[in-house]
Amino acid sequence: MPIQDEIKEKLKDKITNWYEHSPKRIYFSIKPQDIKNVASFLFIDLGIRFATASGQDTPKGFEILYHFSFDKTGEILSVRVLIEDKKKPEIDSIAPIFVGAEWIEREIWEMLGINFVGHPNLKRLLLADEWPQEQYPLRHEHES
Amino acid sequence: MGYNMNLKLKALTKSIWVFHAATSPCNNCDIEVLDVLTPRHDVERFGIVLVGSIRHADVLLVTGVPNYKTKERLKRIYAQAPQPCLVIAVGNCACGRIMFKDSYNSPCPVDEVVPVSAYIPGCPPKPEAIIAGVVKLIQKVKGQK
Amino acid sequence: MSHKVIVPIGPYHPLQEEPEYFRLYVEGEKVVDIDIVIGYMHRGIEKLSESKHFDQVTFLVERICGICSNSHPFAYVNAMEDLAKIEVPERALYIRTIIAELERLHSHLLWLGLAGHFIGYNTVWMWSWRYREPVLDCFEMITGNRQHYAMMKIGGVRRDIEEDDIPQIKKMVDDLVAAVDMFKGAVMDDPVIHARLKGIGILTKQQAIDWSVVGPTARASGINIDVRRDDPYGVYDKVSWNVIVQKEGDIFAKTVVRILEMYESISIIRQCLDKMSKGEIDANVKDIPPGEGIGRAEAPRGEVFHYVRSDGTNRPIRHKVRAPSYMNVASNKVAAVGGTISDAAITLAAVDPCYCCTERLTVIQKDTDKKIMDGWDLIKLSQEKTERLKNSIKFKV
Repeated sequence: MPIQDEIKEKLKDKITNWYEHSPKRIYFSIKPQDIKNVASFLFIDLGIRFATASGQDTPKGFEILYHFSFDKTGEILSVRVLIEDKKKPEIDSIAPIFVGAEWIEREIWEMLGINFVGHPNLKRLLLADEWPQEQYPLRHEHES
Repeated sequence: MGYNMNLKLKALTKSIWVFHAATSPCNNCDIEVLDVLTPRHDVERFGIVLVGSIRHADVLLVTGVPNYKTKERLKRIYAQAPQPCLVIAVGNCACGRIMFKDSYNSPCPVDEVVPVSAYIPGCPPKPEAIIAGVVKLIQKVKGQK
Repeated sequence: MSHKVIVPIGPYHPLQEEPEYFRLYVEGEKVVDIDIVIGYMHRGIEKLSESKHFDQVTFLVERICGICSNSHPFAYVNAMEDLAKIEVPERALYIRTIIAELERLHSHLLWLGLAGHFIGYNTVWMWSWRYREPVLDCFEMITGNRQHYAMMKIGGVRRDIEEDDIPQIKKMVDDLVAAVDMFKGAVMDDPVIHARLKGIGILTKQQAIDWSVVGPTARASGINIDVRRDDPYGVYDKVSWNVIVQKEGDIFAKTVVRILEMYESISIIRQCLDKMSKGEIDANVKDIPPGEGIGRAEAPRGEVFHYVRSDGTNRPIRHKVRAPSYMNVASNKVAAVGGTISDAAITLAAVDPCYCCTERLTVIQKDTDKKIMDGWDLIKLSQEKTERLKNSIKFKV
């Protein structure tokens, strides 16, 4: 069964939106609370490689895209979550599922201020220690 | 090209020890600096040597754009250098930060951290340009003595 | 009594005194843990991207890394062409592929030289960098610059390859085969290098999967992935070439992968020069519609991943860049642990950290927090081990 169909079938109660930009670029949305189940299914059950994650400050909330690469076909499946609470944004960490996500979650935390619940080592990755605590460079209100 | 260098460098009697400090470069300048040691340019035959400690250096080559983590380090390195130590900014980033000057992580250019005696622009400057810059500076300093 | 000692590993290149990048915790001679601290190269490029227009971003991302300075713009223009569904003229795709493979050649030769230096084979360093020069000359001839070629453009390439230049590129590539043969013989047949690199710094297949590593680091551990074949871009699906995979996951395997990849690169360049179609080199893109695009390229170090989001204006509203070393360097947490200090320098260098991702390592005494070694020392230790091995093998033979 093509991988897209398998995902659509197994996760049908979790997917809130499915967008096919092109045959090899799929974006589907889920609720933030489902991220651990979905990431685990994609990585462990289907064996899809985790490429990276990109966090973004949007008017509706903080959006994180988790990009998974299915190397057998070259498809990239990007899982979209929207964290609406901008005052205290948080989401479950997927680093306990695969350790390759540790660094990118630290980076998103220090750039956007999103707390990753359950992350084993949430501390600064790129910014200097002297960088002020509450300033998040990728947030739109940040003034350089 | 290489033969002109030969004549100029023969005029220098002292061998120059160079320490290279990188402050967040893209590493192209660093590779070109290392390249001057390799057979095509081979500055070691002129006595220009890359050393591992600032305490032995006559010249400090700086590449890259200082950011918050490396700015302090650059200051510390310069403070440990035996004076007089000439500082050469290698590459466009070290000379003037170019496109990185608006970055949130770039507080100031190199010449606001340490006094720069010579600027070698280029992105990256060719090895010939680096050698020419170092030689020009040494000659200028010797001329003043 | 053995107490834990922290070993800061020195620089990838001969400088650095502090701050630490890799902190190795050791007990006696053995590395028991490693703490990786990065951020020294952080220049805020993703944020800067948002203030540049799309064509300027190409120049910006070129300077993320000097050694794979073509791969980032390649992935970026792939992302933009994915976003806006732009069709790139075929000649431009050929030119892009040729530049990308030339870059792979110069990068692997560079790594070979530095790895040779780390284990004390300084002649390898000098020779491989010497053979790198003709590749850089080709770049200068085609693009005007030895590094930072500024060839990529959304919808095509900025410069054409002149017909008159093609014989010189072909000759350079032909001459390089003899050099790669020499390196291959030097590495694969030398018992000291076998003793020095085999079984060292192993990253198992499962570890490689968990850490999501890419590029030669993954392929040396038996993971058969290569963006050029899996998600083709350029003309990689129009020429025939092989993906090189090894099983052992040690440093020797990583070296073999890189050397054999050089032969493949030479083959790809030759095929491209012969098959290259005539015609336009630019699609003349005027506007970028709102949307999202993901582009990838197989840099010499692995998969470069770019994600761009546009809202219909002439600037990106989000640009995410993920370099291959981001994944590979993190995996040193398992590859270096369990080895000895004298192997640490070469293990950490084996993932071919993009120079600008790596900086320095330090060895610190854990209990007293006292720095006992720096980069120079670690490289020296590594070179000394090779000497000892050479002598012991001499006696056996």
